[in-house]
Order: sequence, then structure tokens, then C-alpha cells
Amino acid sequence: MSWVAVLTLAAGAYLLKLVGVVAGDRFGTPLFRQAVLLMPPALFAAVIMLQTFESDTSLVLDARAWGLLAACVATWRRLPFMVIVLIAMAVTAIARLVS
Amino acid sequence: MSNSPASTSSHRRDSILLGVAVGVVGVTFGVLADSAGLSPARTMAMSLLVFTGASQFLAVGVVASGGSAVSAVTGALLLGARNAMYGMRMSPILGPGAVRRAAASQLVIDESTAMSLAQDNIDDSRDAFWVTGLAVYLFWNLGTAGGVWLGDVVGEPAVWGLDAAFPASFVALIGPHIVTKPGQVAAVLAAAIALLAVPFTPAGLPVLLAALAVGPALAVQRRSHRPTGPAGVEGVT
Repeated sequence: MSWVAVLTLAAGAYLLKLVGVVAGDRFGTPLFRQAVLLMPPALFAAVIMLQTFESDTSLVLDARAWGLLAACVATWRRLPFMVIVLIAMAVTAIARLVS
Repeated sequence: MSNSPASTSSHRRDSILLGVAVGVVGVTFGVLADSAGLSPARTMAMSLLVFTGASQFLAVGVVASGGSAVSAVTGALLLGARNAMYGMRMSPILGPGAVRRAAASQLVIDESTAMSLAQDNIDDSRDAFWVTGLAVYLFWNLGTAGGVWLGDVVGEPAVWGLDAAFPASFVALIGPHIVTKPGQVAAVLAAAIALLAVPFTPAGLPVLLAALAVGPALAVQRRSHRPTGPAGVEGVT
């Protein structure tokens, strides 16, 4: 990412926060607000899939899939954030070593 | 118990502990940004200026998987739009003063909103907002700096399974969002759209197309007649 991209993102992110604070309750319909709050599960799920199964605009199944599986189990067991990430990394690294 | 010493010290301790926890996530961000090729200065600028963790992760993730900067920024801003909703909710709590409110705006994120709304009176709400916001700001940036340093030390990312850290962090982040039916519909549909789009679209676009999953999820939410959002305010970043 270039400096322009970083600073554009910074300005945009701040303006979004500021717009909410300035507008208070006067902004957006309830439907719009619900749509915005449904953005995170959609975007997160897409990122999980792409980061695990994408390689140069094609789909692949490799060691990362084992990491994803491990992360799902660790999350389901309600382990702390850092532990979930470390387990996924370890499982992926080991799967890569043995394959 | 309005602003009694007991309740004040209790929510302040919680706020600072939350800040420390987020700082640990900041370490992950620093390492990942470094492995995605973002310079230390730009990585720090992200945490100091963008200061909304999930958007930062998303932007770096899109760039790491070969997406364009435009896709990265657009996706990150779509995700950051929920902070506008939080800002609306926090607006009456923040108190008067244009400068103060402008400064407070930068601290309007998941954690500060959640901690503030968990208090039972407006004084504690305001105090919890500032203490949480400032604690998270401090530790998120300290963590990022630590992660950038660590990233230089560890070297080749794939050997350590670092490429699995991105999806794993999002698995941890998505948890609170998929406890409701609409959240689940959004997640499953978005996952399907993203995978189907991969062979046919340039890198970065599948994430944006996946945002369309919000439409059907919204229909499910409307039909269930429940006016609440998915958990409203969520956990980490």
C-alpha cells in the first residue's frame, strides 16, 4: 500500500467515525443501520476463504486449510485471540513440513 | 452509585485490561503488516491514524493476497462504516465541546463503545469511553510497534505458518457476529460468493462482491421481526 492509500484510508476511517458523532440519531434509516452492522460477518467470512483457499486468483487446497480447521476448533473452545492465532500458525507450519 | 469510587475503579480496571488484550492483537497486526511488505512507517501510520483494527487487518490482508490498493481501501472503509453507527450511539454520551468531540471521534471503535454502553449511568459511560479508548489507542500502537520489530526478527513468514495467522485472526473476530441467523446468512453467503468469484475476477474484487451477501441477510433479519442488530457491538477490534 502506498502512502496515498494509507492516508486515504486514515481520512475515510476518521470521517466515518466523525459523521456518526456529529449526526447523532439523525442519520440513516433503521434498515441502513442494520445493513451496515451486517457488513462485518460478510467481509470477515470472505477474507477467511480468500486467505485460506486463494493463490494467484485460483483456488487451492494446501497446508493453510489445516490451520483454518485448527482456528475454528480453538475459537469454538473459546481460547484467547493470541492462542487461536498461534495454534493455527503451528498447525499450518507442521502440515507444511510433513507434506 | 453514580460515579462512586468503587464503580469507577472497577470499570477503569476492566478498560485497561481490555486495552492490554487489544495490544496483543496489535502485535499480530504489526507482524502481518510487516510480512505483507508494508514499511514500518506506513504500518505505524495505519495504527496511529486509521485506528480501527478490523479494517487495518482487512486492508493488509487484501494487499497480501495480491489485491489492489483500491480494493483494500474500499473493503476497509465498508468495514469501518459500523463506526459511524457507534458514533451515532455515542454522540449524546460524549458531552459538549467541538474539540473534545473531534478528538473523541477517533476513539469511537468496537471496544470503547461496548465498554461505555455496559455502564449504568452517563458519567460512568463517558468515563469508560475515554479510559477504554485511550487505553486501546496506547496499547494497540505499542503492540503494532512490537509486532513490526518481531516481524523483522522472524524472517520468512511461510516457515512459521504466518500466512495462517490472517484467516485465524478473522475466525476469532467473526465469532460474535455469527450468533444471530442474519449474521450466519451473511457469513455463509459471503464465503460462497468470494470463493466462486476467485477464478473469474482480479484479486481484491471477491471481497467487495461478498458484501452483496448483506442483502439476503437483511431480508432474513426483517422477516424475523427483531429490531436488534447482530450483537450490536462486538468483541475484539
